Amino acid sequence: MNLLEYHAKTGVLGPAGIKVPNGRWCEDPEAAALAAAELGPSVVKAQVPTGHRGKAGGVRMVDTPEQAHAAARELLRITFAGHRATAVLVEERAPVAREFYAAVLYSPRERAPLVMFAAEGGMDIEEVAARGTDTIRRQLVMSPDRFHTADAAAMLDDLGLDHMKPRIADVLTRLYRRYRETDAELIEINPLAELADHTLVALDCKFVLDDAAAFRQPSHLAVAAADPATELESRAAALGLKYIELNGSVGILANGAGLTMTTMDIVRHFGGHPANFLEIGGDAYVKAGSALELVLDNPRVRSLVVNFCGAFARTDVMACGVIEAWQRLKPAIPVFFSVHGTGEEEAVELIKREFAKDPFDLMEDAVRAAVAAAQ
Amino acid sequence: MTAFPILRRTDRVLVQGITGAQGTFWTERMLSVGTNVVGGVNPKRAGRKHLDLPVFASVRAAVAAMPIDITVLFVPPAYVRDAALDAIEAGVRGLVVLTEHVPIQDMLTVFARARVLGARIVGPNTAGLVTPGEAFVGIMPGHNKNVFRPGRIGVISRSGSLGTLICLNLTRAGLGQSSFVGVGGDGMLGTTTEEALRALDRDPRTDAVVLVGEIGGAMEEDAAGYAATMAKPVVAFIAGRAAPPGRRMGHAGAIVTGNAGSHASKREALERAGVTVVDTPHDIAAALFARLRLPVQDTV
Repeated sequence: MNLLEYHAKTGVLGPAGIKVPNGRWCEDPEAAALAAAELGPSVVKAQVPTGHRGKAGGVRMVDTPEQAHAAARELLRITFAGHRATAVLVEERAPVAREFYAAVLYSPRERAPLVMFAAEGGMDIEEVAARGTDTIRRQLVMSPDRFHTADAAAMLDDLGLDHMKPRIADVLTRLYRRYRETDAELIEINPLAELADHTLVALDCKFVLDDAAAFRQPSHLAVAAADPATELESRAAALGLKYIELNGSVGILANGAGLTMTTMDIVRHFGGHPANFLEIGGDAYVKAGSALELVLDNPRVRSLVVNFCGAFARTDVMACGVIEAWQRLKPAIPVFFSVHGTGEEEAVELIKREFAKDPFDLMEDAVRAAVAAAQ
Repeated sequence: MTAFPILRRTDRVLVQGITGAQGTFWTERMLSVGTNVVGGVNPKRAGRKHLDLPVFASVRAAVAAMPIDITVLFVPPAYVRDAALDAIEAGVRGLVVLTEHVPIQDMLTVFARARVLGARIVGPNTAGLVTPGEAFVGIMPGHNKNVFRPGRIGVISRSGSLGTLICLNLTRAGLGQSSFVGVGGDGMLGTTTEEALRALDRDPRTDAVVLVGEIGGAMEEDAAGYAATMAKPVVAFIAGRAAPPGRRMGHAGAIVTGNAGSHASKREALERAGVTVVDTPHDIAAALFARLRLPVQDTV
């Protein structure tokens, strides 16, 4: 999950001693006008957890409180990639001499943290790479608890940074320490600005919190921006189920991420359109009943495919959940089963007894029948 | 010397978290196929027996009492780091981490230590390893003869459920498996698809490899680079073609951002490497038959 820029700056960078511009969190245009009156020439930035905000018009330069008021009013109305800003950040405008890029992430190939720096900033790192200017430096941290200023300084040779080198190395080590202790999946400062007086200021910050570690980062979790979710997706999240609502008419209930994605793929392969992604793998397999209820509450669903292949998940337990929900909800749509793996014999018996038909042997045939029935 | 990540019956297996409900359920099944489980770990039950196996306070204590080749972790996410470090410091060379939702920073610590001490990790978020007719570790139906049969096809999968379905299809088509390697669904894994592919390429009991991938990351693209150098045929199925971009599809690693990690990118890389990429799991067996006969047809 992502933090908004304001929370990344005040909650992550600030406490690490990385400077950020003086700014105010403003939830309405009046607050933005007051902030601009206090701060002078400012930047008004929509607080949305999405990239390319600047290109989408989410950042405005203002010189007066009246301009700040107008900018905030507009930014609080626009939707950016599905996100509506609930606040704007009004920041003092800094006299920038030079812009850099700094980030810490991990390398799946090396299974190690990766510190990145570029002597050009303010644009996507992919754009910098495409320019072929050899200004990007990458440093793997093979002992993750050891990344010191000397390691950071060693990254910064031959970039023409001169007297700025120690200051940048200091920011990189602070950023790295923050990456480790805040359970970040990614921290990116872009741009990291050198001001006229040579101080370094983080003008923007992207922070992605590792979902798996959110439980031990309560202060960041409390302000993490929620992904845009439909009503059904919010209900699923409350139940601890991974559900994604889609536009099609073939409802899907499967176990395991891989099998569920494959079921969606096969629906498309036969010319149909999936109505959802919903997997009840892992520990969630005991929730088959409430999962089915979610699938059926999508009014676009016209047929249902239930595709179980039990490994960890027991198909007999899942079949019980499906049958319990089916008896309770009495849906008026056709359902097509394919069931294999752990608990298969019991599951097939249960399904035959309740639905008076055998599951399909091949998942492809079950999906094909469900696609035909939805048309 | 073990062939890890290919599992052998001779591998001496320790189960961390053996006394829990899942640890017990799956250890019984591992034992039922002949897996050489020699003991378990639970700090609170040390000194007792569970499933007739000795329970130790730590991996270090277990290693002091008996040789261990592989440890399999049935441990909750917040405890994986310390359990894995215990195993690595004790000198165990093979770790199978089944747990989903292990914090990234914890795994970075574990991987760094494993690198220094020469341990290999499979997972996290893997369904485990199966060598039909010999042994299995993890949460796969390795005891189910409808799913797994001994044979000469190696299978690599990020997903347990889809990997199970594909092994079942192979078994029905008369194609037994030499080894199943579940690499796991996370974005950073101790054994990548490419590393598993190298192991199966070296394995004299494997004639061909089925690569079961999914969207997200670059593991399939990386594996393609190696597949291009292989004499053994490789057939691939990549899940997630119909997935909407920018959404995480159940697995932490299954997300497409921009062009990176897309189905099209993986398919193109694999096909360029001479891998047969099929559209449905059902097509895998037919593709294998065609590919395994190819050299014969060439020499006619």
